[in-house]
Amino acid sequence: MSWTDRPGVRSVLRMALATRTDRRPSLARTVWDSTVGKKTVMAVSGLIMLLYLVVHMIGNLKIFFGAGEFNHYAHWLRTVGEPFMHYEWTLWLVRIVLVVAVVAHATSAYQLSRRDIRARPSKYVHKKARASYATRTMRWGGVILGLFIVWHILDLTTGTVHSGGFQEGHPYQNVVDTFSTWYGNVIYVVAMLALGLHVRHGFWSAAQTLGVGSRTRDRVLKTAADVLALLLTAGFIAVPVGVMTGVVS
Amino acid sequence: MKLTLRVWRQRNADADGTMSTYEVDGISPDMSFLEMLDTLNEELIVKGEDPVAFDHDCREGICGACSLVINGDAHGPERTTTCQLHMRSFEDGDTIDVEPWRASAFPVIKDLVVDRSAFDRIIQAGGYITAPTGAAPEAHATPVPKPDADFAFEHAECIGCGACVAACPNGAAMLFTSAKINHLNVLPQGAPERETRVLDMVEQMDEEGFGGCTLAGECATACPKGIPLMSITSMNKEWLRAARKAKR
Amino acid sequence: MTSYADYTTGEPVADTKAPAGPINERWDKRRFEARLVNPANRRKHTVIVVGTGLAGGSAGATLAEQGYHVVQFCYQDSPRRAHSIAAQGGINAAKNYRNDGDSVHRLFYDTVKGGDFRARESNVHRLAQISVEIIDQCVAQGVPFAREYGGLLDTRSFGGVQVSRTFYARGQTGQQLLLGAYQALSRQIAAGNVEMHPRTEMLDLIVVDGRARGIVARDLVTGKIDTYFADAVVLASGGYGNVFYLSTNAMNSNATAVWRAHRRGALFANPCFTQIHPTCIPRTGEHQSKLTLMSESLRNDGRIWVPRAKGDQRPPNDIPEDERDYYLERVYPSFGNLVPRDIASRAAKNVCDEGRGVGPGGQGVYLDFADAIERMGRGAVEAKYGNLFDMYQRITDEDPYEVPMRIYPAVHYTMGGLWVDYDLQTTVPGLFAVGEANFSDHGANRLGASALMQGLADGYFVLPSTINDYLARNPHHDAVTGEHPDVQEALAGTQDRLDLLLSVDGDRTPDSFHREVGELMWEFCGMARTDAGLRKALERIPQIREEFWRRIKVPGTGEEFNQSLEKANRVVDYLELAELMCLDALHREESCGGHFREESQTPDGEAARDDERFAYAAAWEFTGTGEAPVLHKEDLVFEYVHPTQRSYA
Repeated sequence: MSWTDRPGVRSVLRMALATRTDRRPSLARTVWDSTVGKKTVMAVSGLIMLLYLVVHMIGNLKIFFGAGEFNHYAHWLRTVGEPFMHYEWTLWLVRIVLVVAVVAHATSAYQLSRRDIRARPSKYVHKKARASYATRTMRWGGVILGLFIVWHILDLTTGTVHSGGFQEGHPYQNVVDTFSTWYGNVIYVVAMLALGLHVRHGFWSAAQTLGVGSRTRDRVLKTAADVLALLLTAGFIAVPVGVMTGVVS
Repeated sequence: MKLTLRVWRQRNADADGTMSTYEVDGISPDMSFLEMLDTLNEELIVKGEDPVAFDHDCREGICGACSLVINGDAHGPERTTTCQLHMRSFEDGDTIDVEPWRASAFPVIKDLVVDRSAFDRIIQAGGYITAPTGAAPEAHATPVPKPDADFAFEHAECIGCGACVAACPNGAAMLFTSAKINHLNVLPQGAPERETRVLDMVEQMDEEGFGGCTLAGECATACPKGIPLMSITSMNKEWLRAARKAKR
Repeated sequence: MTSYADYTTGEPVADTKAPAGPINERWDKRRFEARLVNPANRRKHTVIVVGTGLAGGSAGATLAEQGYHVVQFCYQDSPRRAHSIAAQGGINAAKNYRNDGDSVHRLFYDTVKGGDFRARESNVHRLAQISVEIIDQCVAQGVPFAREYGGLLDTRSFGGVQVSRTFYARGQTGQQLLLGAYQALSRQIAAGNVEMHPRTEMLDLIVVDGRARGIVARDLVTGKIDTYFADAVVLASGGYGNVFYLSTNAMNSNATAVWRAHRRGALFANPCFTQIHPTCIPRTGEHQSKLTLMSESLRNDGRIWVPRAKGDQRPPNDIPEDERDYYLERVYPSFGNLVPRDIASRAAKNVCDEGRGVGPGGQGVYLDFADAIERMGRGAVEAKYGNLFDMYQRITDEDPYEVPMRIYPAVHYTMGGLWVDYDLQTTVPGLFAVGEANFSDHGANRLGASALMQGLADGYFVLPSTINDYLARNPHHDAVTGEHPDVQEALAGTQDRLDLLLSVDGDRTPDSFHREVGELMWEFCGMARTDAGLRKALERIPQIREEFWRRIKVPGTGEEFNQSLEKANRVVDYLELAELMCLDALHREESCGGHFREESQTPDGEAARDDERFAYAAAWEFTGTGEAPVLHKEDLVFEYVHPTQRSYA
């Protein structure tokens, strides 16, 4: 075997030539083909979803001000931007952005995870309890959240799997119905705890991926991640707790 | 000290491996871990058995050759290289598991010896400054601010042992790659190739089959030279900058 | 049969390449007179480089940059791991950035004097000239030297010289310089100009029609033995300190490449010039596999002592002040603890031989920082030596802030090596030797921070200039093939040797023989040598060799990754090289630098040189295993630095 045929040597030679020309693939190609780029996709899509979740959580809290205000808020969501935007245009725009974000996030995560597992095919015989719960909960937490989103849409957006009689345009009642079932509460609370963990590592991680972390900023970022995770989880869980305790009925 | 060793034995790259058990006696707490393995090997040779193969060379913690996962930790329980780990870190009667680095980019050659040439190819992809011999300007022509020089040095300390890959749950080589990129990219001498360096090295890193980074932080914990996890952040930043700027 | 010690003296050798004339013009003159190879023709020339340390890595990269096709080898899994990486202190260069009176001439002078007047003036002067360019080159490559707040390079004084000319990168200068060379080499590998063979060890030199035309090497992974051909061969395989078994060298550093070249006709010069470093961590027992150096800078503030009484077993802190012997301060009042390496080492050996050594086996002396801590405060000591103290504590499990350190000398560097002319060419045409593998620049003793300087000077600047001349004069249009009888002979010889090692199937390990010959060498050819001791060693070595071939046990086969086979094969060569070292030490009836003959000392116990009889480099010719070699003398002429007796009292 010639030395140039050794595994890996060919690619280096090819690349050594490539660096001498300025032909590079497009930005999108560069990003999508690279592990670092794909992590960037995850970070950006994750931050978009995070921003949405903050808004969503604040909106949810309107439920504590009664059915009128909550239903009015829900209706307003469909009329945002009028008269420039037509009815529900903004909502659909947001939905499209979110779908793109979810798909990009999940696809990247899936592909990166596949790659990670391939990169470490044999495990150590000596198992060790690792502090890497973040890594593992990120993957399983992500899957849980994905399933939750599906259920959540079928439950409260389309009403397909809704427990009581789903009433289009009466979100207050629909929410109360969902959280009047034990499984509705269990699914929701578990998902929101997963969300907290996911955001906690994800937010900090996104900062590192986007290169904004630094030694001096690390404390601030970690604290911000903790606070965000806590607020989101607490804010979302407040709704089923409200229903369970009868504050919302 | 008397110890029970469970050591990964694998005849060659294509063979199946297994953990074999050995008893060693008369181990001094002052021995280094590798000297303990030497003792085992001397006994094995005299008995006509195949001694345990492991990489080692300088035995003073700088060449980066030694590469053992001891009880699940790359380089063992102390933050140092295997050659600088001493048996006083263990108790008499302990059972110690010794395994090779595990990563698909680091295939096992024999027993505890793995092929780390992927690291060399990452460096070949751009981990250098193009400065042919004789072409150098006077050393004092370009002052380097001390913080930058210190930053470069901190990352240049990497010994290329591969503990970061061995410890990473994803078998990622981000810490190794980032250490070299940060060393060279912060220096004024490294600026002209700043973009191509990071893009090419990351591309080669991916091509070698290393995993991606999930910021689990295991690499930085295992690194005997204390390369910080933040090194990866700095590389990401360089990569994004380069991806935007690179000529297309 | 004549005994090995009955060597004969042959024709003198002379360096025919160094031009005459003023010393500061010689290098320019040589470069101008040397023939050049047309750049378009360079790629048709193949150059083999063995080793990837500072000298080999820089040579391979530079030759490839010039357009030659380079085929390079290292036994390590990566060229980045060569043992140059372990050098701590720094690299000298006559930059005079401190404006403290340094100059090329002063560096030249210091090096010749430090080498105890056994080095070649032309070479040393060239080294001093080039030192300046090395720093520029390394900075351009991104080597992170220590810098001051203004962004300019920092320097320090080192090894007792009076100027501050040592550039450093914390305690990892060797590592950083090596990575610079490795990266330059990597660039050439990627460009396809260097064909790199890691985990491949040279086992013989191929000489065809009197010229070096290739090597025999074994792939350490598959065990396959192969031949590689070239127009010139460069050995950059390092020193032979591992003959002593315990040394600060890497475990796998070995002498096989140089020794095989020697057997093929290259003269071996000054093998007895070995450097013993005074401040190493003492061995802890039989299991010890190697020794670790502690930076010499510790002697700036630490005080060295042993108990006054023999066999005093009390812990050091229980020994009262008046029962301690600060022997260096006592014997050398003006230099005290800062006497040169060879003197400090020998003094430690003497007190230990008297039975006053400390620690396990009595092979150690105290290096005490109690006074320094009292004087400067613990914080200041920590700032200055913290990393060294940590390293010491990690290895010994003793806290040097509380208990004095224990140190003992250890073999560290070998000044001897293959004889080379001004062009760094050995006596085999087409075979070059660079770095520690050659004998050229350090005479009988190397100054601190000069090894890195020499390795890089040879590899980056000297060899790439001088090898052109050889290649231009020897275009080698005839390709060597594997069918050539000389090639067949080299290949078969290597195969036979390995087969024999595998077939003996005795009861002793390669390490046990290595340790035995190493202990013998340390005892009789170490810090202090005597006629009787050396003769005893010369009697003993052939016996060990005979026993080796009767009792060696190498498990496994040659067609696989087999570290025992690698080791055994290296020991074969140590067992021959050791003999030559002893003979060289025996024949040199004077003390100079790292070579101390007890018969040759001044009334106050200092090394006494004999310039009348021994102002030459001893270049030995191989005649057969165990056969008396032939001595060729290269007379050393000192036109610029006139020999004086060193005095440190």
